[in-house]
Amino acid sequence: MTDSTILGNAPKLQDFSLEAATQLVQEFKGKPGSLIEALHALQRTFGYLDETTFSMLGKVFNLSRAEVHGVASFYHDFRRDKPGKYIIKICQAEACQAMGSEALTLAAKSSLGCDFRGTSSNGKFTLEKVYCLGNCACAPNVLVGNRTYARMNSDKFNRLVETLTSNGGH
Amino acid sequence: MTVIIYVPRETTALSLGAEELVQALRTEAQYRNLDIQILRNGSRGACFLEPLIEVETPQGRVGYGPVEVDDVGELFDADFLNGGNHRLHIGNVDQLPFFANQERLTFARAGIIESTSVQAYENHGGFAGFKRALGMSEENRVKEVLDSGLRGRGGAAFPTGIKWQTVMKAVSEQKYIVANADEGDSGTFSDRMIMEGDPLSLVEGMLIAGISVGANMGYIYLRSEYPLTQIILQEAINNAYAAGYLGQNIKGSGLHFELEIRMGAGAYICGEETSLLESLEGKRGQVRFKPPLPALKGLFGQPTVVNNVISLASVPVIFEKGAQHYSDFGMGRSRGTMPFQLGGNIKQGGLIEKAFGLTLRQLIEDFGAGTATGKPIRAVQVGGPLGAYFPVNLLDTPLDYEEFAKAGGMLGHGGVVVFDHSVNLAKMARFSMEFCSAESCGKCTPCRIGSVRGMETIDRIVAADNEHERDLQFIILKDLCDTMESASLCAMGGLTPIPVMSAVKHFKGDFQ
Repeated sequence: MTDSTILGNAPKLQDFSLEAATQLVQEFKGKPGSLIEALHALQRTFGYLDETTFSMLGKVFNLSRAEVHGVASFYHDFRRDKPGKYIIKICQAEACQAMGSEALTLAAKSSLGCDFRGTSSNGKFTLEKVYCLGNCACAPNVLVGNRTYARMNSDKFNRLVETLTSNGGH
Repeated sequence: MTVIIYVPRETTALSLGAEELVQALRTEAQYRNLDIQILRNGSRGACFLEPLIEVETPQGRVGYGPVEVDDVGELFDADFLNGGNHRLHIGNVDQLPFFANQERLTFARAGIIESTSVQAYENHGGFAGFKRALGMSEENRVKEVLDSGLRGRGGAAFPTGIKWQTVMKAVSEQKYIVANADEGDSGTFSDRMIMEGDPLSLVEGMLIAGISVGANMGYIYLRSEYPLTQIILQEAINNAYAAGYLGQNIKGSGLHFELEIRMGAGAYICGEETSLLESLEGKRGQVRFKPPLPALKGLFGQPTVVNNVISLASVPVIFEKGAQHYSDFGMGRSRGTMPFQLGGNIKQGGLIEKAFGLTLRQLIEDFGAGTATGKPIRAVQVGGPLGAYFPVNLLDTPLDYEEFAKAGGMLGHGGVVVFDHSVNLAKMARFSMEFCSAESCGKCTPCRIGSVRGMETIDRIVAADNEHERDLQFIILKDLCDTMESASLCAMGGLTPIPVMSAVKHFKGDFQ
């Protein structure tokens, strides 16, 4: 009844192929305004939007490649490169700032050895910023995959990263 | 005998381990050969007590919280299945002052019922409003909303009934109802809590909106930062379809209404209604010029009601109990109740639904019990990232749309973020500009470029080594903010000056 990624499990991604991508988006053909839905479906399946999908989507939705690219690049969610196994988003908004998200962010960057939009050298973690996860009474918050972790600090963060690193099974 | 235990399936509770708790409770009950049934409610809104578990006993629902996995063995030892005493025992949950002192209309069911069950929803007054609406004409349905005094809870506070009236009167084959669930304002989480705790109230509200204005299609535009909400909401929609409250010939009335969730993609600006409509059409979320109003030319160019989640979720209770009952709450032109959200550096954070008119201080001190760090409050931001920073001497401002505007702030979506003495308001002002530059849709210059110039100007103010230079930069900042305020296309650029200039006005010393 609850999606396993809600529990912090890494999503199961497929290796990208244009053929599979083309097949995947057919269900959105003719459904009004569903380009963003299609982009979400592609990213959910492959982890990112491959360069070659834009002209393919253009054909499906009767748009130019530039229009598709314009939509994909407008939204923060869509990424163009393959991410790490886990995507970690740290809230940067005011309520989390009030509870020390700045220090948490610095510690996270140093512990993962990468900046926002970067991936740790072991390929496991991609770090991103997010503005508000809607859990502002239990700040600061971190989202891993689909799971929110509340009242974070650098110690808890490092323990979480350790657990996920050794969590080979998921 | 089977004992019923409620464990929230809700973001806050899950972020603090509720799912692991469910496993631990099941395992322990099995080990002790005890018969339990775990039902999944939403949160009642006392985030500081989550995960809050409740046991159904002959004396009512007895609460324990916040519960961690390690407490489970102890709870069974203390006979919590019969309401036994334990250090986490909080007694009858309804009688806890945090809840007993609220006035719950919109959130009356949240945290109490199994969140996606149509049966539980109906047992607690759900769909009674819809049934009453069925016996009314379209005009009278719209009049009911007008009479309730309900104003848009997303922040703009525009009378909901007037929007409905405009769409009702518009002539078109196709009209739409759109729920704005792109709750991007930091410090706000009431949309999420109603969608996770009582999602069917949103479904019913949209259904009533649909049959009032003549729309048979509804979309919920949900932000992607709420993955759990999507799952729960979809489950509720599926259940509503199965029970005949959505689809063709609803409950034999001959009426038709379809409902679909569409996910956002991490753009704050899509909370602005015209940008949201662009995004729903699968385009870049760029703000549209107004007029035409979305009520006349909205989604796919058709008449569209775009309402905030809380506005729509308040509709069922208005129809169930009558417009008069709803408008009896509140003060001045702010009628009804508002679910305030208390977050940031706060001891007892969460959702507090009260009639308009209580003061900010009552909210923070009586419900919130002061800061989490125990240090004195220095600043409070009300109304999200575009709301003003208030100093302590403004804490007695009543929570009311007009009173807040008079004090130079805005109530917005009712989010309240508390800061203690460690906050630096020059930094927060710079953050407001930075946020605006990161989230601007880019369509109008004052917002797109003004925000970048704003960051640079604040940097120069902070770096200035003499009073004269600093004053000069303050003049530039003021001028820039005036331009943004009067020349931006929407509230993003137009309101960013509010937090910035409130920081300058009340906390000028921080800029040195």
